[in-house]
Amino acid sequence: MKSLSIAFIVFTLALLGFSTYQALVVAPTEQTMGDVQRIFYYHVPSAWVAGMCFLVNFLASIVYLWRRNLNADALAAASAEVGVVFCTIVLITGPIWARPVWGIWWTWDVRLTSTLVLWLIYVSYLLLRRYTTGGQTALPASALAVFGFLDVPLVYMAIRWFRTQHPQPVIGGGEGTGLDPRMWTAVLWNLAAFSALAAMLVWQRYRLLREEQALEEAHAERALGDHQEARAA
Amino acid sequence: MNSLHYLYAAYGITWLLLGGYILRLIVRAQRLARERRELGKD
Repeated sequence: MKSLSIAFIVFTLALLGFSTYQALVVAPTEQTMGDVQRIFYYHVPSAWVAGMCFLVNFLASIVYLWRRNLNADALAAASAEVGVVFCTIVLITGPIWARPVWGIWWTWDVRLTSTLVLWLIYVSYLLLRRYTTGGQTALPASALAVFGFLDVPLVYMAIRWFRTQHPQPVIGGGEGTGLDPRMWTAVLWNLAAFSALAAMLVWQRYRLLREEQALEEAHAERALGDHQEARAA
Repeated sequence: MNSLHYLYAAYGITWLLLGGYILRLIVRAQRLARERRELGKD
């Protein structure tokens, strides 16, 4: 199992190196925006990965609410944490891209605002998990996760349903949209690399959370044993 | 600042954030391993 983990880590690092080379060197420079457009190759995959992590969080939370399964709870917590990391990257790289292109760092349009709300929802979820104890964490956290996920489709559809400062979709946006084939190649490599990285991080975080759960149980058993010994004495 | 500065800032911050998170996971794993040893579970 450990050698499989190491092999996956090496594979992911190689993929990340190659995809960054694709983004910075192989992909052509966009004619209007120039080199700053290459932020696209990190911005879009980060958004994709954050959405996938929140989907896993949503499904795992439903499984927990249904079965009270601690594995599902650990998976939900791990995927939310990694999702927040990638959503933070989206919220940082977006304004850095916007400043030279739009002339502003931020605007309160539907896509940007709903993404910020999404980030706040999942940060609240993590804070709820962090500051509740005594076995009461998983249930309210799962309920919050199920309702919180409602914002994900809104974020995705915002540029289709509303007029926004954020550009209309270039991927899956219908007629008149699309990318240069070399740009497509770079996007796909980066999507693959970021997905692999996110899978690796969720897996490692999940393992740590299961270990924390096992240690909590061991501590509780030891405390119970000490208590019984004290009573017997 | 020119176009490249913005690009490097975005890529740099992305990797700082990811690196920080990975470092946090490593520290947490080490702390758990220490706790396991203390509990006598290893």
